[in-house]
Amino acid sequence: MYSYSEFDTAFLAERNRQFRAQVERRIAGALTEDEFKPLRLMNGLYLQLHAYMLRVAIPYGTLDSAKMRKLAEIAERWDKGYGHFTTRQNIQYNWPELKDVPDMLDALAEVGMHAIQTSGNTIRNVTADHFAGAAADEIADPRPVAELMRQWSTDHPEFQFMPRKFKIAITGSPNDRAVTKAHDIGIRMVTRDGQRGYEIIVGGGLGRTPMIGKVITDFLPEADLLPYLEAVVSVWNQIGRRDNKYKARIKITVHEHGIDEIRRLVEERFVETRKTFSGVDVQMLREIEEHFAAPAFKTASEAPFKDAYHNDPVFRSWADTNLTAHKAPGYKIVSISLKKHGATPGDASADQMRLMADLAQDYGHDELRISHEQNVILPHVHVSDLPALHARLKDADLATANIGLISDIIACPGMDYCALATARSIPIAQEIATAFDDLKREHEIGALKIKISGCINACGHHHVGHIGILGLDRAGVENYQITLGGDHTETAAVGDRVGPGFSADEIVPAVERIVDTYLDLRSDADETFLDTYRRTGLAPFKSALYPETKVAAE
Amino acid sequence: MPKAFTPKVVTANHLLAGDVIYQTATGWTRRLDEAEVLTDEADADLRLIEASQQVDVVVGAYLADVAVTDGVPAPTHFRETFRATGPSNYAHGKQVELQ
Repeated sequence: MYSYSEFDTAFLAERNRQFRAQVERRIAGALTEDEFKPLRLMNGLYLQLHAYMLRVAIPYGTLDSAKMRKLAEIAERWDKGYGHFTTRQNIQYNWPELKDVPDMLDALAEVGMHAIQTSGNTIRNVTADHFAGAAADEIADPRPVAELMRQWSTDHPEFQFMPRKFKIAITGSPNDRAVTKAHDIGIRMVTRDGQRGYEIIVGGGLGRTPMIGKVITDFLPEADLLPYLEAVVSVWNQIGRRDNKYKARIKITVHEHGIDEIRRLVEERFVETRKTFSGVDVQMLREIEEHFAAPAFKTASEAPFKDAYHNDPVFRSWADTNLTAHKAPGYKIVSISLKKHGATPGDASADQMRLMADLAQDYGHDELRISHEQNVILPHVHVSDLPALHARLKDADLATANIGLISDIIACPGMDYCALATARSIPIAQEIATAFDDLKREHEIGALKIKISGCINACGHHHVGHIGILGLDRAGVENYQITLGGDHTETAAVGDRVGPGFSADEIVPAVERIVDTYLDLRSDADETFLDTYRRTGLAPFKSALYPETKVAAE
Repeated sequence: MPKAFTPKVVTANHLLAGDVIYQTATGWTRRLDEAEVLTDEADADLRLIEASQQVDVVVGAYLADVAVTDGVPAPTHFRETFRATGPSNYAHGKQVELQ
């Protein structure tokens, strides 16, 4: 894990000192809200529906036990004893008081964390595959490159007042778990002729105009990454629209100009930016890579795992669902579900955070990750430790065996917290998860991703959910639109809207009808929901959702 | 013909706590049922201006529609319901604190 240099520490201390003084001037009335708002947003502080909200960056979702314990301490000391992990691998505190925020930022700085550029029209927290550095299918660990981009983009003087926010995601695996095709820039680490490089995807995004990103270059040599990214962002910074915030993101720029013209402009600009990078960036990457060396993997008997697997059905169910193949022999990646049936997706109490920190220290080489699917990952656990780990997770209510299943739902905060929301999303997730848990059907249903957003901005990634749900305000009543067939992976697709929306009371039965239709249609238990949908298309699901339409058509 | 003025309350977020507050005849309350109901448009506009000038107390003051029963205001839109009662996902925040 990257450790802050003296420069990083001094920079953060100065930023925090500045913000403390700004908060004091606001409280004293020397700054108006109009003057203060851009200053607080630069430091990740929003004013939401019920309270301030502090969004803390977890760079590329990577943290250690010390950082996790600090997040727990902050939740307990200055919030209501919990935090909310987000689809951008960040954590949000929903209840801070204004006067406490400078102290919270100082506490974060003690462990090398901050809230800078978690808001505003800047380059936001760089996100990455949550299995980075551990996955069996990985070509290379994307975290050093993500850290290089974090350093490049933090406080970048040219990119502080852009047309709109800008999000970058990177994966080092051909199996895309980082949603790279729905980011302003998506980066896929690739190799060609033995050389490491990058496929660069631009112009993806969700929101009110969902777009799948387009490949601007299929192989960028490693040494050209930062100058090329600088060229892309600077071209957009100049020609991106500032007249209409809904048309400001780079996806619209790419759409309006065409990918070929954007590529031409970027390559023209790249000639200039290339000269300004002397190679120090590559040297820095080499130094950063040393911070991300793989841990000293151990060897141990797998007997305890095999015993528990054969004798304990609860452990077996959890192991079948929540473990992923690791690159090291005898190791597994553990996904800790923050989706207990009926609970708020992504929430963790301070006690749970501390427990996860303890587990990382005791069994996981002191590493944790936050996934964009709002779960916590222990990337390196030897199978011999899994039975003990599982027992401790059970005691903390963290052993739900549902990763990748229908109750492992992404849900944005929605109108329960967010000032932008047009409807609630969390209670819909709670009801769906509870309904399918009551029926004990989710393991039979298999892989199925439901993603829920409480407004058109799509923080809940509904467009790329196998079943996407979008909450809207229709004449003063919550209304939920359904999309089907979305996909966030390397075969990314925006879901198809099925038809008129459903009321809050009707949405869970509607999801049940979709699932029933899938179970009727699938060729066998191995055909996933998405595969079935791609084979059959929308029609049978539409008929199930709107039987009256089918009757009329017949 | 202009639409008839409907009853309103002045609401905002508290500068320090960030939580939802409502204007009363003499100050601010965290309970919607204690808010001052404004039935005259000119009076409502004036009260909103007065509220907005309290820059060291409130943030983002605006007029919210209410339905009035026996003199007690209640929200007319679900967003204002959640602002008045707090998150609905589980009991915490305002619905607990106001009990």
